[in-house]
Amino acid sequence: MNQMSLIDRAVDMTHIKIAARGVNVYYGDSHAIKDVNVEIADKTVTAFIGPSGCGKSTFLRCLNRMNDTIDICRVTGDILLDNEDIYDKRVDPVQLRAKVGMVFQKPNPFPKSIYDNVAYGPRIHGLAKNKAELDEIVEKALRRGAIWNEVKDRLHAPGTGLSGGQQQRLCIARAVATEPEVLLMDEPCSALDPIATAQVEELIDELRQDYSVIIVTHSMQQAARVSQKTAFFHLGNLVEYGDTGQIFTNPRDPRTESYISGRIG
Amino acid sequence: MTDAPVSKPKSSLLVQDARTKRRNASEARFKIYGLAAIGIGCAFLLTLLTAILFNGVPAFKQTFVTLSVTLDPAAIEDAENSTLKTAKYKAMVSEALLAELTEVGIQTDMDPTKLGDMLSSATGDQIRTYALAHPEQMGQTVEFTVLGSSRVDGYMKGRVTREALANDKNLDAEHLDIVDQLAAAGKLSLKFNPAFIFGSDASEKRPEQAGLGVSVVGSFIMMLVVLFLSLPIGVAASIYLEEFAPKSRLTDLIEVNISNLAAVPSIVFGILGVAVFIQFGGGSLGIDALRKSAPLVGGLVLTLMTLPTIIISTRAALKAVPPSIREAALGVGASRMQAVFHHVLPLAAPGILTGTIIGLAQALGETAPLLLIGMVGFVATNYPSGFFDAFTAPNSAMPAQIYEWAKRADPAFYERAWGGIIILLVFLLALNIIAVILRSRFERRW
Repeated sequence: MNQMSLIDRAVDMTHIKIAARGVNVYYGDSHAIKDVNVEIADKTVTAFIGPSGCGKSTFLRCLNRMNDTIDICRVTGDILLDNEDIYDKRVDPVQLRAKVGMVFQKPNPFPKSIYDNVAYGPRIHGLAKNKAELDEIVEKALRRGAIWNEVKDRLHAPGTGLSGGQQQRLCIARAVATEPEVLLMDEPCSALDPIATAQVEELIDELRQDYSVIIVTHSMQQAARVSQKTAFFHLGNLVEYGDTGQIFTNPRDPRTESYISGRIG
Repeated sequence: MTDAPVSKPKSSLLVQDARTKRRNASEARFKIYGLAAIGIGCAFLLTLLTAILFNGVPAFKQTFVTLSVTLDPAAIEDAENSTLKTAKYKAMVSEALLAELTEVGIQTDMDPTKLGDMLSSATGDQIRTYALAHPEQMGQTVEFTVLGSSRVDGYMKGRVTREALANDKNLDAEHLDIVDQLAAAGKLSLKFNPAFIFGSDASEKRPEQAGLGVSVVGSFIMMLVVLFLSLPIGVAASIYLEEFAPKSRLTDLIEVNISNLAAVPSIVFGILGVAVFIQFGGGSLGIDALRKSAPLVGGLVLTLMTLPTIIISTRAALKAVPPSIREAALGVGASRMQAVFHHVLPLAAPGILTGTIIGLAQALGETAPLLLIGMVGFVATNYPSGFFDAFTAPNSAMPAQIYEWAKRADPAFYERAWGGIIILLVFLLALNIIAVILRSRFERRW
């Protein structure tokens, strides 16, 4: 992808899906995220980049309150989803996670059949009234995950028997099966080979039609390829946030420039 | 091929240097230690199994004498009116034995009472029970198969010798001549004795009559109690501690205490059972089912003992489930409980099962706490009258019964202790086979 097309890629920031205001995250005594303010647009792919340990994954996991499962983790500040504070006392994290789906770094299909993997979310959320509807949801999700053609003849084979790239697409299909509004992806391609990575990236671009996608990645090329907006994190600070084209061609902060040009990180 | 010169090795790979030789030698030594350890272990196991089979198998056979007894109405009425009823019946059997000897042509000048020492003192009761149950047979001659005395049985099995009888007031060498002749006549023989497996314990005077059956029922009932209490409680406690409990001083303290409980001597659990279940539950609270010697109480005590084992193994099994599975479930919007019950628990099931079976096997072989709560061997003299009665009726357990037999003086009981161990081991083997089968079932479901 050449530099020109990066600049040309205009971002239509019509609606703000998620807004973070003064977010701080502490792991016990260590201050992992320092006063992060960011607005994430709907129907956009937003990439979080930065060196290891910069807090990008931590921040991502705040967005669906996955950090709640860690006892020593404490979050302050507001994170608004559709202008509602997701850390409000009245919010049930389980309901939130149905709206904000997540794909993890390592493909983690359930040790169940391909069908059951995808059907699990719809089942527990009661999205299907009967078997036919569930079949339909599963097929749709697997098509969305761009894996339908590969698995349609062996839906009842174990999901763990697929290749790494297929497993990750299965996990994406599982995440979209519950009809989330936001999809969080934590380094979804780090365990995949270049061909599988290309397939997943293509898929991410398609998912943008319906979802707000946030992807954490170590690969700057990947961020440049798939995202419209990019946020650069360094040592727990959100250093720079802007259009992907601008970040990669004309970064404002010297730290961003150093990272992108490979001098730090 | 090029003509470039070939480089010479600095040190040849074809020759081992001293360091490599030393490392290889130490590896070989370690392998030999391992093989030696396994070999010694196998030798011990083999010795143990041989000893158990050699000493225990004879317990499954018993000496029986076939003889015809005439149920004389006058003699029976006389016996029923006396205070020592079974002794009178025994006298009838002794007379019948004398008659039997005469019939097959064996000469003896022993009086019938002395002759009767050859037979078990249980025969009197056997004849009486039959006579009272079959009044229509009154006055007729019925053929009985009665137990020989434990000395006769020992002689038949080679345990009792003529020399040893010199100091024995129960039996004389003369008796043994008669035994030989009776055996030759086919009236006396060693037969498989189902009463050893299915019967009840007998008094110290009648080792030939004692059986393990009632204690097997006691053990079975206790295993039921242990399984149905410790499995759900243990698994629920583990899930709470592992998946839900906040990490705090208190949970750390509880964890340490559970681990320590597994190391508490079992006799302490026995005392606890006496204090909590029998004295407080049965005494102060007046719960009738919690009485001394009841398998229900035994099961409760063993449940307390088994819980730590189950909790420790269940927690290990839960810990072994990769966290990515929990995250995956939470990520699609499952609650923590759903994540645990739908995904984590099924994956941990084989480990939980293994722990449970180990705990059950441990409980099955436990003796000391049962002795404290009164489930001693000699209590197991009657079968319970029904399923529910089996929980509260005084009973013993297999290991307690074996212990009881082993401490009685008569070598005939010692033989039964060995035999009882065979039955106990068969049950343990069955438990382990069930565990293996269940585990492979669950694992196939990945």
